[in-house]
Amino acid sequence: MSYKIVVLVKQVPDTANISGEVMKPDGTVNRAMLPAIFNPEDRVALELALQVKDRYGGTVKAITMGPPKASEVLRECLYMGADETVLISDRKFAGADTLATSYVLSEALKKLGKFDLVFAGRQAIDGDTAQVGPQTAEKLGIPQITYAEQILNLTDNTISVKRKIDGGHEIVQGKLPLLLTVIKDAAIPRPFRAKRVMAYKNACTLLELEKMVESNSLLYVDTLKEEYESKGLFIPTLTMDDLDVDPARCGLAGSPTKVHKVESVVLASNEHIRIEPNKEGLSLLIDKLLEDHTLG
Amino acid sequence: MANFFTDNKDLLFQFEQLNLQEVVDIAENNYKEKDEYNFAPQDYQDAVDNYRKVLEIVGDIAANIVAPNASAVDEEGARFENGKVTYAKGTQLALDYLSRAELMGFTLPRKYGGLNIPKTLYMMAIEMISRADASLMNIFGLQDISETIYKYGNEEQRQEFLPQFASGEATGAMALTEPDAGSDLQSVKLQAYQDKNGQWRLRGVKRFITNGNGKILLVLARSEAGTRDGRGLSMFVCYGDEHVKVRRIENKLGIHGSPTCELQFNDAPAQLVGKRRFGLIKYVMDLMNGARLAVSAQALGISQAAYDEALNYAKAREQFGKAIYNIPAVTNMLIDMRVRLESDRSLLYATSQWVDLRDRLEEKVAKLKAEGKDTSETRARLKETIKISDLLTPMTKYFLTEHANKITYDALQIHGGTGYMREFNVERLARDARITNIYEGTSQLQIVAAIGGVLNDILKDFFEEKAKKQYKGILVQLADHLKEMREMFLDALTYVIDKDDKYFQDVAAKELVEMYGYIYVGYLLLDEAEKNSRKIFIAKRYILSAMANCRRNGTAIKNEQFSDLYHADEILLP
Repeated sequence: MSYKIVVLVKQVPDTANISGEVMKPDGTVNRAMLPAIFNPEDRVALELALQVKDRYGGTVKAITMGPPKASEVLRECLYMGADETVLISDRKFAGADTLATSYVLSEALKKLGKFDLVFAGRQAIDGDTAQVGPQTAEKLGIPQITYAEQILNLTDNTISVKRKIDGGHEIVQGKLPLLLTVIKDAAIPRPFRAKRVMAYKNACTLLELEKMVESNSLLYVDTLKEEYESKGLFIPTLTMDDLDVDPARCGLAGSPTKVHKVESVVLASNEHIRIEPNKEGLSLLIDKLLEDHTLG
Repeated sequence: MANFFTDNKDLLFQFEQLNLQEVVDIAENNYKEKDEYNFAPQDYQDAVDNYRKVLEIVGDIAANIVAPNASAVDEEGARFENGKVTYAKGTQLALDYLSRAELMGFTLPRKYGGLNIPKTLYMMAIEMISRADASLMNIFGLQDISETIYKYGNEEQRQEFLPQFASGEATGAMALTEPDAGSDLQSVKLQAYQDKNGQWRLRGVKRFITNGNGKILLVLARSEAGTRDGRGLSMFVCYGDEHVKVRRIENKLGIHGSPTCELQFNDAPAQLVGKRRFGLIKYVMDLMNGARLAVSAQALGISQAAYDEALNYAKAREQFGKAIYNIPAVTNMLIDMRVRLESDRSLLYATSQWVDLRDRLEEKVAKLKAEGKDTSETRARLKETIKISDLLTPMTKYFLTEHANKITYDALQIHGGTGYMREFNVERLARDARITNIYEGTSQLQIVAAIGGVLNDILKDFFEEKAKKQYKGILVQLADHLKEMREMFLDALTYVIDKDDKYFQDVAAKELVEMYGYIYVGYLLLDEAEKNSRKIFIAKRYILSAMANCRRNGTAIKNEQFSDLYHADEILLP
């Protein structure tokens, strides 16, 4: 069977490499100072999707919702081996929290046709909510398996997955179509393939083609689009008009989450207990750990 | 994300400086393949953009997959059990990644699965891989083997072997050295004979074979029974199957990840590559020259890694109430290291570009010939580039591998006692560097290979043209120094030639080759200083130091420092 697989990816600021200039005095992040990267767990999700394709056959389509610049991660998906990519982008989608984001993503998934599996990273390193994957599955009314570590088996209508839980793992089975969120340890993402990088480095969205036309009056968008499509270098964009969405549920308007206050918290421990390396010390340690529920 | 390409400003500088237009124009044959392969470039600019992106992939893999495992690979090493060689885990992981990233056929034509990228860029890739783990270069950097099959093999052989290399399905080895044929390859004994069906077979032993466990072996063997010199040797290709037994692997000082094998050929079926009797005199010489460049890039990668370790340590380590970075003796060592590193990089990529040009002009001559067109002009240029490449390749290997030893030595010194401990990377780097000035021809043999070109003043036109050039500011003074060094060189050269003493000349060769190299590199740096003001510092330190060395070398020759060679038996007490 040829599985239709969709991967949800996101471009995020590289929060792992925060230097002094990145934090503004008020404690918020100056995004312009941070390089934008492929969210690490989404890259692992794409890797698992490609592994499924390698093992069982199928097609992999990567989609992202974000500003026009997010096409960068879609190109990177192509470099790794994605067959197709779609950008979901509209000013009216901006400022979305997880609720509004999952709403638009679920509507986009419906629009893009039948699918068997949806892969997403567990969470993005900028918001760390881990909500978008599960919410999207809920809105689509399909089962979900979160914290996936390994795909054990796939048949025409079921999938068995090893998922990580506190203190161990469990093996679960789900009915297709199904959404999985993937943890970082599930796989090391494959490298970009040199030939695909050279082939797809010029893949463009409509907006990017329009920019090219702006700086070169000899070009026409329509002919350019045709040319790029024929070469497999056109990245389609879905805007609000392309989706059957309620504008009130999109973007800032559809986002009940409001940031109340941002505080820069410096963690400091001010209480020390010295525990002697003997029997009494050990039982004291165990008591303390039970007391604050670290144990039990 | 860490990236050994984008984080290396000097490597990026060299990349920006590359002028490969002619090379790429020929290699891409008017960019015809763009209709056949979606990854072939549209034009030169597009090709350069491709190269940058491919080097970014190499830089990513080097920094994030290879480098983190380098210590573990060194610790674990390649292993030999039950007649089978196993790579260290990190080595295997890295090879899987490099194969999946489609980087194992860097220079091969697209129709055999390769990327058709010039050698200069491949050298940059080797530099980055070696900076991450020098021992991995001994597998990744062996792509000259497939290049040799491409150049001298027939079409059937190309189709059989090249795609296996390009996909990473096969790694290779060059089986040249034998117990009694090391530097002196003319005495190779391994026997090649034709059985009654006319099938070539190989019988004998090879030793010190890097990656001898590889799937495809290029073997230098004696095909002409009864001969004793290089003209009785031919080149063969065979599979490392049940007819080739790995007898043992060596326990080495460094590059532990790279298995060094002793191979026993038990009537192994083989195919002749190219023409009989040309094995050593043409194909191996060519293969070795390619490998010498690759080892130079390996040495440079090690130097870069050692410099990084030393700089970071010097900034972090406090003694006498301040970072040792601020102690003048240490600062000075670091500057010396940095200047060596950057001048080495200039030399390597200048040489690589000459080698690329030579290869492509060869291709062009063949093409013009096939079309029945006049080749005289291209042939003349080819002749010139062959001479220059033949001089610069061994000279580059000599300088870069000796410098890698010096830089790792100093880097360890800056670490003090800590550097002597195995927990620190610099100790591994010092061990890894030590092989680079030995294999693919020792430094002493590089001098032998380079001295002919120096005696014939091959770069005369280049130097004379540079001497006429108008430089500005402080560069005027530096240019004058280079002219003075050229005088010193010519003076010493005349002295050696007039003396007409073979013994003396053999020893003075080192001083002469060095002097010649100082001047060449000096001009490379002067030109770079014109484009980038920071490089003025590099040029200045290099040229002033080279001038002192140049004077020393000239004086040694003219003072007859080596005339005591005739009294060696009296000096060398047992």
